[in-house]
Amino acid sequence: MISIAPKLGSPEFQTLPLKTDENVVALRKLVREQLVAINFSLVDQTKCVTAASELARNTLKYGGGGQVRFSVLAADGSLGLCLVFIDAGPGIKDVPQALTDGFTTQGGLGLGLGGARRLVDEFDIESEPGKGTTVRIVKWKK
Amino acid sequence: MNLNTQAIDVSKFIKKYQYPILQDWMQNLKAQSVRADPAGDEQLREHCNQFLDSLAEALRSGKANDITSESWDEVRNLLTEISQARAKYGYTPNETALFIFSLKQSLFTRMLTEFAQDAATLVSIMWMLSTLLDGLGLFTIEVFQKSRDQIILRQQQELLELSTPVVKLWKNILALPLIGTLDSDRTQIVMESLLQKIVDTGAEIAIIDITGVPTVDTLVAQHLLKTIAAARLMGADCIISGIRPQIAQTIVHLGVNLEDVITKATLADAFVVALERTGSSITNRPLA
Repeated sequence: MISIAPKLGSPEFQTLPLKTDENVVALRKLVREQLVAINFSLVDQTKCVTAASELARNTLKYGGGGQVRFSVLAADGSLGLCLVFIDAGPGIKDVPQALTDGFTTQGGLGLGLGGARRLVDEFDIESEPGKGTTVRIVKWKK
Repeated sequence: MNLNTQAIDVSKFIKKYQYPILQDWMQNLKAQSVRADPAGDEQLREHCNQFLDSLAEALRSGKANDITSESWDEVRNLLTEISQARAKYGYTPNETALFIFSLKQSLFTRMLTEFAQDAATLVSIMWMLSTLLDGLGLFTIEVFQKSRDQIILRQQQELLELSTPVVKLWKNILALPLIGTLDSDRTQIVMESLLQKIVDTGAEIAIIDITGVPTVDTLVAQHLLKTIAAARLMGADCIISGIRPQIAQTIVHLGVNLEDVITKATLADAFVVALERTGSSITNRPLA
């Protein structure tokens, strides 16, 4: 399995812990600041912040806490924000099922993972039962 | 010479040189601190003087190794008072602890001359005093931290209370303007106060305005839907207003189903709908 997580200490990625609800609020604020700095449109800002909020909450609620690494990317003359959510929780048994709308194991709406995928441009998920889950998203500037 | 008599010696020493030590200490404090004491020099001098008084008094009891004992009550009370005041004025923990730590230099320089003839005593006394002042310095930080925590806790509670006002717009119409992050604790309070107000007023329609909610993710949507379902069970309909374009697009992409809920772009639109539903209407009267 090729890991989609950036290596620890890779210089361009910043790390933020995801251990409490306050961390999720802090992440939303930070993501919004980053997006404002690279001039994302208001709609794209909101989409990306919402996706980040969903995934951060999953990391917290299902993964038992973890961390998020993020970095601004530049490719083909366009800028984007990459976020990688990493937890060492129980992992996801059936990833396609988890991505299905309405599927939930803990009484949520069951839209978080699939919804987040629709809100961003790139979405990779890697999970192994017992080992944890890593989700990588990228939102490019239009 | 044991610890007790040493402490008593130091007590006498402080009393004997209290004035020069105080002068020197004040100078150190002023040189090292970045801001002027808001209460002024007089207050600082008084605090310093009181501290030296109570320190000498406590040392006279001979118990220099246990600052939690009864003889140190007065010292601790004074430090608590000073630390709390500093926490309130927005000092850093560093600046607060400096109050104690800057005394070391003044005391030690003077001791060098006072106890110069006996190096062993000097070292032993310095060690005792150093440990003691470290302990007191840490105590100020602890108190400082505690008072900060209390301030934060109080503000959090005030925010919880403040941020959930349910207002009556018209006969049978309530409005709930939501502002900020909707986490589980806050939503619980919001839901409770809304339902209680519905009971109290017998309102038929409640408008939940989310103009001030920056992010609507699935958790927030779920909280809203639950609140609406609960209100419906009590016989009141809810309208969600303040859905901005970017929020609307995000909700669509998320796949959250708000089709069963009446939603409006602005509170004004929602109010008009609510008026119609309750049998009232707004008419423009021709100007005289």
